[in-house]
Amino acid sequence: MPQNTSAAHRPDRVTLFASCMVDQLAPDVGESTVEVLEYLGVTVDFLDDQTCCGQPAFNSGFRSETYPVAERFVNLFEKVDGLIVVPSGSCAAMVRNYYGDLFRDDAELADRAKRVGERLFELTEFVSQFFGTDAIYGKREGALTYHKCCHLLREIGVDEQPIQMLTNIKGLDFYPLERAEVCCGFGGAFSIKMPDISSAILDEKLDFIEANGSSTVVACDTGCIYQMQGGLRRRGSDVQVLHISQVLAESIKNIDTSEEKR
Amino acid sequence: MKPLTINFRSKAALTLADAQIQQSIEHVYTGFFKGRLTAAGNTPDWEDLRTKGKAIKDHTIAHLDYYLGVLADNVEKNGGTVFFADDAEEARRHIIDLAHKRKIKTVIKSKSMVSEEMGLAEAMNDEGFETVETDLGEYIIQLANETPYHLIAPAIHKSRADVAKLLDDNYKDGDRVPDATELTLLAREKLRGVFERADMSVTGVNFAVAESGSIVLVTNEGNGRMSTTVPRVHVAVMGMEKIIPSIQDLSTMLRILIRSATGQRISTYVTMVNGKRKPDEEEGPEEFHLVIMNNGRQKLLEDPLMRESLNCIRCGACLNACPVYRKVGGHAYGWVYPGPIGAIVSPVLTGLKDASNLPSASSLCGACHDACPVKINIPRMLLELRYRTAEGSADENERTSSAKERGIWKAWRMGMMGRKRFDIGSRIASIVMKPLSRNGWLKKAPPPISGWTSTRDFPAIAKSSLKSRLKKRSGGSK
Repeated sequence: MPQNTSAAHRPDRVTLFASCMVDQLAPDVGESTVEVLEYLGVTVDFLDDQTCCGQPAFNSGFRSETYPVAERFVNLFEKVDGLIVVPSGSCAAMVRNYYGDLFRDDAELADRAKRVGERLFELTEFVSQFFGTDAIYGKREGALTYHKCCHLLREIGVDEQPIQMLTNIKGLDFYPLERAEVCCGFGGAFSIKMPDISSAILDEKLDFIEANGSSTVVACDTGCIYQMQGGLRRRGSDVQVLHISQVLAESIKNIDTSEEKR
Repeated sequence: MKPLTINFRSKAALTLADAQIQQSIEHVYTGFFKGRLTAAGNTPDWEDLRTKGKAIKDHTIAHLDYYLGVLADNVEKNGGTVFFADDAEEARRHIIDLAHKRKIKTVIKSKSMVSEEMGLAEAMNDEGFETVETDLGEYIIQLANETPYHLIAPAIHKSRADVAKLLDDNYKDGDRVPDATELTLLAREKLRGVFERADMSVTGVNFAVAESGSIVLVTNEGNGRMSTTVPRVHVAVMGMEKIIPSIQDLSTMLRILIRSATGQRISTYVTMVNGKRKPDEEEGPEEFHLVIMNNGRQKLLEDPLMRESLNCIRCGACLNACPVYRKVGGHAYGWVYPGPIGAIVSPVLTGLKDASNLPSASSLCGACHDACPVKINIPRMLLELRYRTAEGSADENERTSSAKERGIWKAWRMGMMGRKRFDIGSRIASIVMKPLSRNGWLKKAPPPISGWTSTRDFPAIAKSSLKSRLKKRSGGSK
């Protein structure tokens, strides 16, 4: 995708699609996302009626149950102008890459879905494309590593940008994670349907995380974050897994405070 | 080979608990996966080659009848015979009949996944022909009486000690030989004798070139070349999709196949065979027979949403990239083709009902799609097969979802169709989970998410949703 960071093209207002998981399980991530966007001078609108993009049922094969939920998503978000931002590569991929399959027998709906998808950006994709990976300058102490969530990496194509955003933060030590691009084993319903396999994949990930030595792991998808954090907790580990928005928002606040002191 | 796809879960569990196999199988990542990345990185036009490879296969599969006709004509022009087998049984019978007619005693086989579909080596041994696998990995597997674990590395799950024990148990040569070089030499010595007395060979086909009627074999051990030159009868077996139009296409396909399979720029041997020995030639077989097998591939061809799987060139890159394959191993998939490609072709070739766990056994991470030299969109086909198992036609033996599962997703849909219900649903879940949660996490969750908490803590529903938090937020956005 072209880098388009000239001020004239920078959106000053977006609509947030929280995703169902962030909305109900991780509102902290949603708030941090809003804080990061506001730091960049972007006003954030929130559609109170939003629920889910339909991915859980779609990935489980239940397309007739997914269909009305996804259609509802299209109806809701096509009414707003401008770009839509979601703090999840997975939900962005569902809308952008799979609604076409879901709506394959209805060309008109598929087309409307496509137009919504074209306006939908994952958070780090949005920031790096319109503001640049060096647009957020914060401060945060401690050792930190980054796990590359699969759908953001392979479906959306965001690879090193979040790392560039993190290493732009003052005071932090970044240690690259071994096999950062290998799945954590989450996979939505897969993690519940086949817990033994999902956990075996997770174990490999957690071994590399513990060997890395960082006290914080950053990722960009809440599902993967809970998979890793849930596994680390069960191991008795103190390592924290945070969404990138949480780390960015915290680093911005740290700068604010230190500047106030000055 | 009889499909045992129905045993996926139990077979997977066995492998997960086997520390030795877990250690051995690491090589598919540290060796093959990394090797492919390095090879691709050193190939400046790598993405163009993949695009070209996909275009060649798309075109060939779209005109498969035509190219099969051209291939058959040219093989016959070169003095060979062509037999189209509708299924594995027909192919097997044809080859066994031929061996009887030619009064064959010893058959050497080089690696061929299609011959695994036929269960050929076992069947020929049962018929009284001494039939020996000559690829070292296949040879080990044959001694162990197992099936291949990986498309290109059939014995990848065996440790050096396993191999030493197998050779020792089979030859009782006294002291164990733990050294890899000595093990190879022992196998080589045993195989040499077989090569010398073999009067028939059965080889696979990496590519069949339609315009010249050639078959192409890619090997690293030279057994393919021995098999195509020494015995008086050469039988090559191929799935009907293993065809490319021209020699020019071959240059693209070889480059992507070999780099994707082992990370080599070129394999030790690339053998092109244009049929039997010509009158002015000193060596080569007296007869050449090509067996082209359908065995369910027509079903893939006629299924527009699954057809792309016929583009597969069997490099194994998707296996090496797959986090699931690297944990459950090759045998869990229960049929000839393991890993992501197996998870999409086995259900169609052997029946979706028994194989319904295969497409579900994926985190949909997409590493297979990324690794595939011809860009087969495996995740998309896994999702299509999940759709069929969840909601497909019960008459056609597709649907395997339980009434309970269907009920859960119906309830999910109802909860997602309005914001009020969405919030109420979350509050109910929150109340149910509350007594079980401490500091925002659950050690044990009720069904249907109890599977999660067998190994991981589960996050409690937040006290208030993002929507209500944003409403309370002072001085912020709307």
